[in-house]
Amino acid sequence: MLALSTSIAAVALIIPGYSPRIAFGAMIENVATASGIVTVLNSAARYYVMGVAVAFGFKMNLFNIGTNGQYQVGALFAGAAAGSLGLLGPINIAITIGIAMFCGAVWSLIPGMLLVTRNVNIVVGTIMMNGIAVGLIGYFLRTRFRDPTDNLTAHTKTIPTDSRLPDLNRILNFVGIELPVSTKLHSFLLIAVLVGVVFYVVVYKSRFGFDLRATGRNAAAARASGVSANRMVLITMSISGALAGLAGMSVLLNQAYEYGDRFPLQLGFTGIAVALLGRNSPSGIAIAAFVMAAIEQGSRGLAMVGIPPQIGQILQGTLLVVAVVAYELANRRGRITAIREASGVLAPGASRL
Amino acid sequence: MILKRFLPTPKISIKPIILGLGVLGVLSLARIFADAPAITSSGTFSGAIGLAVPVAMAGLAGLISERAGVVNIGLQGMMVLGTWGAGFFGWHFGPWGALFGGALFGALGGALHALNTVTFGVDHAISGVAINLLAPGIARFLSGLFFEGNDGGTLTDSPPVPNLGKLTMPFFAGGRIGGFGTPDLLMWLEKRGWFLISDVAGLLGGFFRNIATESALMLLLVPFVAYVVWRTPFGLRLRSSGENPSAAESLGVNVVATRWIALVSAGSIAGLGGSWLVTNIGKYQQGQEALRGFLGLAAVIFGNWRPAGVLVGSILFQFTESVRLQVGDEPALAFVLAIGLSAFGLSVWRYFRKSWVGASSLLLLSVFIFAYFMSVDRVDDKLSSTFPYLITLLVLVFSSKRLRPPASVGLPWAKGQED
Amino acid sequence: MREPLIRLVGIVKKFPGVVANDGVDLTIDEGSIHAVVGENGAGKSTLMKILYGSQKPDAGEVWIRGVRQNFGSAKDAIDCGVGMVFQHFKLAANFTVWENVVLGCEPGSAVRINSALAKQQIMELSVRYGLHIDPNSIVGELGVGERQRVEILKVLYRGAKVIILDEPTAVLVPQEVESLFGSLKDLVANGVTVVFISHKLDEVLNVADRITVMRAGRTVAEIDVSPNISRNDLARMMIGADLPRPEAKRGILSERIILELQNVSVETQGRKLISDVSLSVREGEIVGIAGVEGNGQTELLEVILGLKEPDIGSILLEGEEIRHWSVRDRRDKGIGYIPSDRQYDGLMLSATLWENVALGHQRGYPASSNGFMTKEPLRRHTKDVVDQFDVRTPGVDVIAYALSGGNQQKLVVGREMLSHPNLLLAAHPTRGIDVGVQALVWASLREAKREGKGLLLVSADLDELIGLSDVLLVLFRGSIVARLDPQSVSPEVLGSYMTGANL
Repeated sequence: MLALSTSIAAVALIIPGYSPRIAFGAMIENVATASGIVTVLNSAARYYVMGVAVAFGFKMNLFNIGTNGQYQVGALFAGAAAGSLGLLGPINIAITIGIAMFCGAVWSLIPGMLLVTRNVNIVVGTIMMNGIAVGLIGYFLRTRFRDPTDNLTAHTKTIPTDSRLPDLNRILNFVGIELPVSTKLHSFLLIAVLVGVVFYVVVYKSRFGFDLRATGRNAAAARASGVSANRMVLITMSISGALAGLAGMSVLLNQAYEYGDRFPLQLGFTGIAVALLGRNSPSGIAIAAFVMAAIEQGSRGLAMVGIPPQIGQILQGTLLVVAVVAYELANRRGRITAIREASGVLAPGASRL
Repeated sequence: MILKRFLPTPKISIKPIILGLGVLGVLSLARIFADAPAITSSGTFSGAIGLAVPVAMAGLAGLISERAGVVNIGLQGMMVLGTWGAGFFGWHFGPWGALFGGALFGALGGALHALNTVTFGVDHAISGVAINLLAPGIARFLSGLFFEGNDGGTLTDSPPVPNLGKLTMPFFAGGRIGGFGTPDLLMWLEKRGWFLISDVAGLLGGFFRNIATESALMLLLVPFVAYVVWRTPFGLRLRSSGENPSAAESLGVNVVATRWIALVSAGSIAGLGGSWLVTNIGKYQQGQEALRGFLGLAAVIFGNWRPAGVLVGSILFQFTESVRLQVGDEPALAFVLAIGLSAFGLSVWRYFRKSWVGASSLLLLSVFIFAYFMSVDRVDDKLSSTFPYLITLLVLVFSSKRLRPPASVGLPWAKGQED
Repeated sequence: MREPLIRLVGIVKKFPGVVANDGVDLTIDEGSIHAVVGENGAGKSTLMKILYGSQKPDAGEVWIRGVRQNFGSAKDAIDCGVGMVFQHFKLAANFTVWENVVLGCEPGSAVRINSALAKQQIMELSVRYGLHIDPNSIVGELGVGERQRVEILKVLYRGAKVIILDEPTAVLVPQEVESLFGSLKDLVANGVTVVFISHKLDEVLNVADRITVMRAGRTVAEIDVSPNISRNDLARMMIGADLPRPEAKRGILSERIILELQNVSVETQGRKLISDVSLSVREGEIVGIAGVEGNGQTELLEVILGLKEPDIGSILLEGEEIRHWSVRDRRDKGIGYIPSDRQYDGLMLSATLWENVALGHQRGYPASSNGFMTKEPLRRHTKDVVDQFDVRTPGVDVIAYALSGGNQQKLVVGREMLSHPNLLLAAHPTRGIDVGVQALVWASLREAKREGKGLLLVSADLDELIGLSDVLLVLFRGSIVARLDPQSVSPEVLGSYMTGANL
């Protein structure tokens, strides 16, 4: 799969006369350095959490396309709060994260409620909420939450140093790994790992997870078995939105320290891509997040060798499309094989019971 | 009896016309009450119609796809591709080239969606999202290859693209015939300030005076699509693919081919909408499509999957924006007042229909709107950008029973499948 | 000897894991009503689909009027005058009758449909064959019998001279069946040939001129109908043995009431789906509910299961009012459910067998404990189910999709039985199931009765109802219109109650 999309990208390169070998070489070079890997891990952590947010919904066939709006809303309010509240460092961090997750959950819960009460399609609902979020956030950023000290760009007040999430460099030093001064491994990575573990345990080992997956597999059967569809939708959307908000915190607390015009815009959609690529499984999403981040980092090094860095985006895009198709085809083949296997074991003639 | 042949056929029903007149009536009231004649001026309408064209195109594209049974969230991406294609071909071949390029590139997007969903059976929403993620990357990449450094182009903007100029209808709107000016009937009516009549004149003036040629062409697509989908055999088969593909297939309809054609056409129409954006500002610009693809989706829902409804929805959605641009933020508030009045009116109606929940929530909504109207003295543009989405959500919430999406839209289906 | 209209010679068709047709021969004469009978899985549907062109045979020939045919698709068959009316109607509910009928061969030009002409033509057909359908009605608003007539119009419109009907009476009531057969005879009088698939032997004997019996993918007999042939003769040919009758065994009925419904009504938009229904199910009693589909059976089960709440009335489970209880609480209290369509709401087809066994019973032993799933106990329990209920499968980790329909049903029945419910709701438990599995299911139900469980049985299979029930209630337009003794009731009386003829 990776091979197919890489070759498509290679073709895209060759046509205008660039060399794929140089391109991919430069990309790998840019990733394989210490600072490269650190950046990749930092990005991957945030994509991972966002991917899990989306995957939670996907597990019950609930397409939460609204993660963009959810994390932005969460980050806006969290950023405003963190900048303004003058509480002690760690408490501030906890509250900030809490606000982000709460707002994300609320923003996600609204379309969930619309689905449950008025049967509004969740895809349409979340897309609409995205649109509303854009306008609403622009408005608030311009008026209420604006940092008055900066007249050039609009952003919330900068978060004081003690309210930021620390980095892991010192721990790494302890283990013997020395990083260059400018590269910092974000501690959000730990949060991401925690999220992954919780995701696995909840979805695959708990009874709630069973109900969740049952609803995704056959909603009618799940309902007849005692699972309340409405409850599932509301709980899942809340979790999904909360996780989306959490993902935004990696940028707010580890990197930008303020919410504003320069905040990344497409994190929500990247999360969707990562969830799809990773086939909604805890480990799959991790790999997908890593791959996406690696491609992103790699393409930063392309400009130096005179190759348009957008090839990275194309690689990501084609990878997604190819993967999605491949998964569908694999599903189909899997079904036919399963039937063949099951009936092959039975005695001839008894197969038509 | 003879007259019957000229009356609207059942498919062009009276209802939307009455609804439209009702809306205009409310706007008229607001105009008079807030003394803001600009609300229903032809300038405002002209702006709204212009802005509405790309949304309407996206909406038509969505309509065609969904009527054929395929959910198309990838409209956004197809539009992006269309804007790039329009930029490229327009730069090299002039305004007609822009239209061609937009349609071509949009069609490519549609083909990809068809390949994913119809041939491979991928979930429609997933394919749409994937296309939306892929398209901007492609556009940027191609910009880097073709635009950068040529003729003033950069990574984000193309070299200049000419457009087709404007049209004005003679006699009704003062267009020129053979170099001579003609009287402007509609403008005369508009300036009278009469309730409803002047507003209708304003609306028509918006359509017929100084309209970009591209807009006119694309607007003609609306009745064209309506005719094809509802009056031709192909259209019937297309709709059957969206209602019950197994039934269609059992009667010899090639659902696979039909859906392919539908999606490729839809893509090209969405791309065409993108090319409007390009010719409007004279070049391709990264991100110019904003969120119009999604707005198009909203228009489809608002318009109950019918072309006339999609057009009305698109104009409505862009209206506030146009009012604001035309008039400034203060009078735009009058428009908000109009919405508040409608909400209040609707709540009274629901009250009489004994729909308590609907009535009280609409009442709450109108109170909210009035409060906003009183407290603010201008409409913030960011806030107003949320209106289309809000309106669509409200429509979904309050009229879910009236909405009639195609029965099998979005459902997985494979050739030979037995329901 | 006149050349037969249709000849199928040596038809072979295989699907993954199944040989549907194993060298089938079939001869049909023009202007006759020809029935094809056989148990489920005998290959009748597949054979007809090949005749209709929607499937291609792996081997064999199709001859029509002495000309060999090679149908590439249904369209080829239609062009040849062969039309099929499916058991599951293929109609677009949002379209009008005429749109449904002319789809694919619209009158007019490529740029304009001549809708006026279409409506006129359909009206003519409707009158000529006595079908009484208005071309302008919206299909979604028509009743089941009317929709079937639209399907017939569809094939007639295309000039079908041969009409194949797949289990046409499955959704009809005795009186509607009569009128359908009347229409069929009219069609034949007008030169049309009718072929229909059925497994309802007495109906077949009533109307067909000639019968082909299929078993295990082969033709085992072709006979002309005469008064000498009895149902049992046919049954013997179909399954190689006599038709099993579910024997009623009168057990000792206790007085303890497990389920009681008191004056339950369910309304929607002014229409009563269930109207003032009162019934009770005692320990060890099987209460049968008879009625034509659409008369409230589904709603009755939903209201007992908890998927719908009654507008009026109470539901008492072992004396406790449960009308406000959630589905979950009712399942946990001991209501078991065997759904009519296992694929719809009985199984998760993409999950393993052991996961499916947890469905409905996931809260508690052996499926979970303290909020976490317990895999090992669940797998062991699944093995028990598989062993005790003869589910043919290589293991419990198999995906449910891979099992055949009969095995899936056995799994569902076993799952419910082994969860030791005190009330068992069974809806059409042997629908679409072969006789062998059917017998096993009936045995399980009787076992449940012996163990003292209460059983509510909803079914369209009159034999099943009469054979298993202790008391038979008839549901018509949402009300209980009769309370009958299954030992002494006749199918005719039962049928008339089911159609409301006795009111």
